[in-house]
Amino acid sequence: MSTPKELLYSKEHEWVKMEDGKATIGITDFAQSELGDIVFVELPEVGDEISKDQPFGSVESVKTVSELYAPISGKVVAINEELLDNPEYVNESPYGTAWMVTIEVTNDAEVEELMDADAYSALIEQ
Amino acid sequence: MTNELKRTPLFDEYAKYGGKTIDFGGWELPVQFSSIKEEHDAVRNRAGLFDVSHMGEIFVEGTDALSYLQKMLTNDISKIVVGGAQYSALCYEDGGVVDDLLTYRLADERYLLCVNASNIEKDFEWLQKHVEGNVTVTNASDKYAQIALQGPLAEELLQTLTTEDLAAIKYFKFKDNVDVAGQSVLVSRSGYTGEDGFEIYGTPEAIIELWNKILDAGKDKGVIAAGLGARDTLRFEACLPLYGQELSKDINPLEAGIGFAVKLAKEPQFIGQQALIDQKEKGLARKSVGIEMIDKGIPRTGYKVFKDGVEIGEVTTGTQSPMTKRNIGLALIDAKFAEVGTELEVEIRKNRAKAVIVEKPFYKRTK
Repeated sequence: MSTPKELLYSKEHEWVKMEDGKATIGITDFAQSELGDIVFVELPEVGDEISKDQPFGSVESVKTVSELYAPISGKVVAINEELLDNPEYVNESPYGTAWMVTIEVTNDAEVEELMDADAYSALIEQ
Repeated sequence: MTNELKRTPLFDEYAKYGGKTIDFGGWELPVQFSSIKEEHDAVRNRAGLFDVSHMGEIFVEGTDALSYLQKMLTNDISKIVVGGAQYSALCYEDGGVVDDLLTYRLADERYLLCVNASNIEKDFEWLQKHVEGNVTVTNASDKYAQIALQGPLAEELLQTLTTEDLAAIKYFKFKDNVDVAGQSVLVSRSGYTGEDGFEIYGTPEAIIELWNKILDAGKDKGVIAAGLGARDTLRFEACLPLYGQELSKDINPLEAGIGFAVKLAKEPQFIGQQALIDQKEKGLARKSVGIEMIDKGIPRTGYKVFKDGVEIGEVTTGTQSPMTKRNIGLALIDAKFAEVGTELEVEIRKNRAKAVIVEKPFYKRTK
């Protein structure tokens, strides 16, 4: 299971990449392998506010619908339009082409609460 | 979870093939081995092997077995020859469904009912409660294991393991005591995927042996282990009903679209027959239809269906077809709106998304 060192992680199995006060968010390799073949992705729109622990979209496998819970709060400044047409990216490249949204972080304290790669690896190995 | 999950005799084999298990009505069963899509594709184009040992086996025997089953089941049991199988429903007095099942005629006065796992106890009680005359009903579910080999290569592959002429076993026929790879099993040409294939019943030891032998023999042909996830998408594309979704105590067999297995002219009547005759005369209130999304989104079990803003029913099963990528569903709706081509709305989370009624089934094999 891949867990890149440079990323931060939430207990809901999202990854967060911090760059210049902006956060890019996706779901982890562990999450995609648990969900199976992803066939549909629903994302918020640019300009939407997302709140920590609240759903901001959903991913659907053949079998089930899973909500995406925001790991941190912020305002959406970009969404991955290509992912909407290619949901299989989530399985193929969870940390790459399957990035979901980029947000302007509104509460830095929430970023501090995210896990590093070691802590997240320990969580999924339980 | 207070109760421990039940396991089939094949449980220890799952890990070898990458099986990922879930709780399915109290059973710890594999939802997938490789991936639902891959397994679905294997069954449509080659073959897949399913563990269906959780299904129940109930024997009915005695000199009055036929008249008793005629009273209990919706289909005409007198039409089943020894060596034949038939699909049927078991109904309550009001026409609601206790279960749907396959009846095998093993001998003149001996039948085997293959019933849904989650309904075994309920069915057995219902059957016992209505016993009349010289009839013995036995629940032998724990004594049997069952696997299903499904797909266009099923016959060719299974034939490499037996001298029995499988081509002679026609659709919905079976043969008992067939030697397959040294094991004595019952081989039925039937299934729940919309493909040709076999359902194989035997002792747990025999079925464990066959599971591994079949997968071994099929490896080079791309035949793989398949789980409940693919079983569900396959049966759904073929519009085969699933108890608890398309059928239930609140959904009668006529509404669910299995009227072909309900003989309303039977005499004497089966339990529920009068209620179903009355409803048919009055006109059915609801109908199970196929829908396809026009807008984005995937219909899912329980999503509400609307016509011009008024709620008219709900989705009973829905997914994205792994073959065609169409977002499709089965919905039980007000019969007034059930015509093919009618536009509807499906409530997907906060949105109402447009859908249209389409022909059923979504998939039909070409030969």
